[in-house]
Amino acid sequence: MTRTLLDPTHENAPALRERLPRLASLEGATIGLLDISKARGDLFLDRLEARLREAGAEPRRYAKPTFTKPAPVDLRQQIAVECHAVVEALAD
Amino acid sequence: MEADVSRLPDGLVAFVKRDCPTCELVTPVLVQLAETGPIAVFSQDDPSFPAAPPAIDDRELTASWHANIEAVPTLLRIEGGVERERALGWHRGEWENVSGVQGLGPSLPDERPGCGSLSVAPDRVDALRARFRADTLQARRIDLAAREDEFETMYERGWSDGLPLIPPTAERVLAMLEGTTRAPSDAVAVVPPNLVPCDVEKVAINAVMAGCKPEYLPVVLAAVEAACTDAFNIHGLLATTMSVGPVIIVNGPIRKRLGMNSGINVFGQGNRANATIGRALQLVIRNVGGGEPGAVDRATFGNPGKVGFCFAEDEEGSPWTPLSHDFGIATGQDALTLFPGEGPRTLTDQISREPESLSRTFAVNLRAMYHPKLAGGAMEAVLAIGPEHSRIFRAANWTKGDLIERLCELLILPGDEIVRGAGGIAEGLPEFVRGKSIPKFRPDGIRIVHVGGGAGLFSAILPGWLSGASGSQTTPWEIQR
Repeated sequence: MTRTLLDPTHENAPALRERLPRLASLEGATIGLLDISKARGDLFLDRLEARLREAGAEPRRYAKPTFTKPAPVDLRQQIAVECHAVVEALAD
Repeated sequence: MEADVSRLPDGLVAFVKRDCPTCELVTPVLVQLAETGPIAVFSQDDPSFPAAPPAIDDRELTASWHANIEAVPTLLRIEGGVERERALGWHRGEWENVSGVQGLGPSLPDERPGCGSLSVAPDRVDALRARFRADTLQARRIDLAAREDEFETMYERGWSDGLPLIPPTAERVLAMLEGTTRAPSDAVAVVPPNLVPCDVEKVAINAVMAGCKPEYLPVVLAAVEAACTDAFNIHGLLATTMSVGPVIIVNGPIRKRLGMNSGINVFGQGNRANATIGRALQLVIRNVGGGEPGAVDRATFGNPGKVGFCFAEDEEGSPWTPLSHDFGIATGQDALTLFPGEGPRTLTDQISREPESLSRTFAVNLRAMYHPKLAGGAMEAVLAIGPEHSRIFRAANWTKGDLIERLCELLILPGDEIVRGAGGIAEGLPEFVRGKSIPKFRPDGIRIVHVGGGAGLFSAILPGWLSGASGSQTTPWEIQR
């Protein structure tokens, strides 16, 4: 399997993909809270949801069907369409 | 490739493989030579062959690659690290000449051809080239993470026109570069819109991704050079809201060498060279020049040919000289013509059997280009004439010049018909054309090319863009290997 490719571009962009910029403000932003369905993830996200509301954000809750598998494509697309940013509760 | 024998020992050097009957045949000769002086025998497939003199294991093919061995057996004489003589296969006279030993292999036939060296075997050579020559490539390496899908990452990095790409590995890029005599670092063009210098290697990387074979590379290089001239103005072509893109029309013997299509479905799918050469040019514009849809590319509609649009002219079936000849390029010279064009529109005339009638069909259809009420010195079109139409001109001995002259006459439009408001249509030319006659096209604005399948009374129009110095000039370019 191929592991190294030769860059076909002008090479003016970093070789590593950049993260999206941070939100300038939480005010009015829709923030997804993704529960990966591990124990007590809901406690963490409940607390986070309350704090985000205080900051003027609009939290939305999502959950993976099981923590053992990556989030389904439909769920990832739904979050991408509906949210400005997402917080994932990764571990117990 | 130049042979590098500096790592070989002085004296006689032989390259053999067990899987070669001629190598088996010459084993007594190798023994005979070992009795007269030093001889190093490199075995490509089995270090126990020959049993005597003892073989040096070259299953990795390092020695064979550097000595540029093309066939086995090969006998070399090295003196002071320099190759003095070389014999391929078994030929008693040549072996005696190389070795300086007479009476070799008295019971053998006088000569016997050898077998291909494993170092040039199709299933080995790409990997060997990558092993020994990858350091000649300058492009940045993109290392993929363990579970990263190479096809998906090429999409995510924005390298694709929307279709899958061939991953540009060092092996594939080095194989692509075998298609040209030019050095990888040789400058090709400064690519708009970002005016980025581009070398042969960068074109080769994009040609790999597009799906080109190495022998297509000279055409891609010529297309990139032609596109990046001030005359062709690919920046303007990208930026326009009109639907145009670069159209590559190929002439010369290279059409046949590459197996290009000039016949049935000439503008359609199904031919690798046609499909990938045009695509490679557009990938260079995208990836090197930074010309992406929605950024500098502002086309309102675009057209499917902007993925890549390349075809060959049917020179053999044409009653006329090739398109490239119209630009002063000798017939028989490999060349391309780069045309700023839209997608093709088919003209149907199944009744005309006389050149005058068919010319009038062409003219009324050409008049509709852009708008039947628009005309002027920037208008240009390629008229693609099919075989069942061209034979009507052939039978009447009309030259290409006769046809163009008649079309220009038929396309002198009455100003009163094309002035703004005439016919109840606001679009049209300004008031000054009233009472005058206005040519639809500039004098050299109609380019004729002969293409298409043998059945069907059809021709086609590829409308152009703003042609001439104010827009994009149709650009001829010779193809060099």
